[in-house]
Amino acid sequence: MTNTATIDRATFENLEQTAGADFVRELVATFLTEAPRMLDDLGAALAAGDAEKFRRTAHSLKSNSNTFGALTLGAMAKNLELGGLAAGRAADDPIGTLAREYGRVAQALTELKGD
Amino acid sequence: MTDRNGHGARLLVVDDNKVNRLLLTRNLELMGHRVTTAENGRVALEMLRREPFDLLVLDIEMPEMNGFQVLEQLAHDLQLRDLPVVVTSSLEGLDNVVRCIELGAEDYLTKPVNAVLLKARISASLEKKRLRDQQKELVRRFAAPEVAQDLQQSGFTLGGKRVNGTVMFCDIRDFTPLVESQSPEATIELLNTYYTLMFNAISSQGGIVSVMAADGLMAVFGAPLPLPDHCAAAVRAALEMIELIELFNAEQAAAGKTTIRIGIGIASGEMVAGYTGTNERATYTCIGDTVNIASRLEGHTKQAGRAILIDAATRAGLASDASLEALGPVTVRGKTQAVEVFAVDAGRKT
Repeated sequence: MTNTATIDRATFENLEQTAGADFVRELVATFLTEAPRMLDDLGAALAAGDAEKFRRTAHSLKSNSNTFGALTLGAMAKNLELGGLAAGRAADDPIGTLAREYGRVAQALTELKGD
Repeated sequence: MTDRNGHGARLLVVDDNKVNRLLLTRNLELMGHRVTTAENGRVALEMLRREPFDLLVLDIEMPEMNGFQVLEQLAHDLQLRDLPVVVTSSLEGLDNVVRCIELGAEDYLTKPVNAVLLKARISASLEKKRLRDQQKELVRRFAAPEVAQDLQQSGFTLGGKRVNGTVMFCDIRDFTPLVESQSPEATIELLNTYYTLMFNAISSQGGIVSVMAADGLMAVFGAPLPLPDHCAAAVRAALEMIELIELFNAEQAAAGKTTIRIGIGIASGEMVAGYTGTNERATYTCIGDTVNIASRLEGHTKQAGRAILIDAATRAGLASDASLEALGPVTVRGKTQAVEVFAVDAGRKT
């Protein structure tokens, strides 16, 4: 079942209405291809101490998450964008939390896409 | 090209993120626009310099060259600085929005972009661009190219600056009896041909026609853009004008029509060049003693029986072997001191 807390249905439906459901299906597929790379980039930038890349990648992930209504994922990414490397290195494993939330988002989007 | 509602415009979307590029492209295509994409600022600038676009949809956060840098480059590019830019970004902070607007962006939309807002902003920007293009076209048509260029580069402000240049006055001799001897239509046709010939001769030598009144015109060499050999350029233009009038007269005579003669006065020196009038209606012109002398010399051509008269300052700017005849000091109206006058031999090139 779709986790409504993970994907804001109103945002997603509005996207489908303005851009077309078929197009959104393709857009979701693109996101599901791109996002794992962004998560990898985020981890790599953190390990390398590349603050600029870390911020930019978090920014991109935030932007895409909000587009699909993945507001929780968007908020997590925003925290990393604003907090930078320090936020990424916080004790509560924010990157791991982000990856788990992405897993839920990917599942929800896949289900929505198949509607 | 776009129609009145801005449909079918050529848009360039710049975003490093694929999902954003696809979604923006989709929304803009649904509005009827043709969309090309670039994945960073550097690529976008290359494309903008290679092919024409009506509007740029710009992301800020990008590798290689970000949106701020693109805006800065556009502002310094004479060809591209009027290109409307709509920024779409999810950057945090109002200061970033302000920075975009200060750098010349037309509008700013926060991502995720609302499709309805996007449509409204893009249409408004395209409409503004259409009006600007229309204004530029009007300026081009009603002002000399140099004046139009000066206006575009420096903007319009009333007031002048001191320049060194050469002023030319020219008119048709015995114009009043000529007007009375033929139909108004024939006079208009004659004037149109006359102006076409004079404009060609003047602009081919780098001069601009700043004033036209009935059969007379005033041209400036060396303003608004500097011209190193403004004295010689004005005299070359004058000789070409006489030559063109002779050719025109030969045609007129063959067709049994009226022939004309012109008188030209040229003076050089300092003058104040700029826009005079009001903020609503202004003209580019030059003012100063140099202008008065040129006008008086033109008036004096009739008494002197010569087609081209120049002052000493213009003569000083010509090659030493120029074919001139010194007519001595002449007292011209409005001047307390006599002016040294030289006639240019219209039979020979200087």
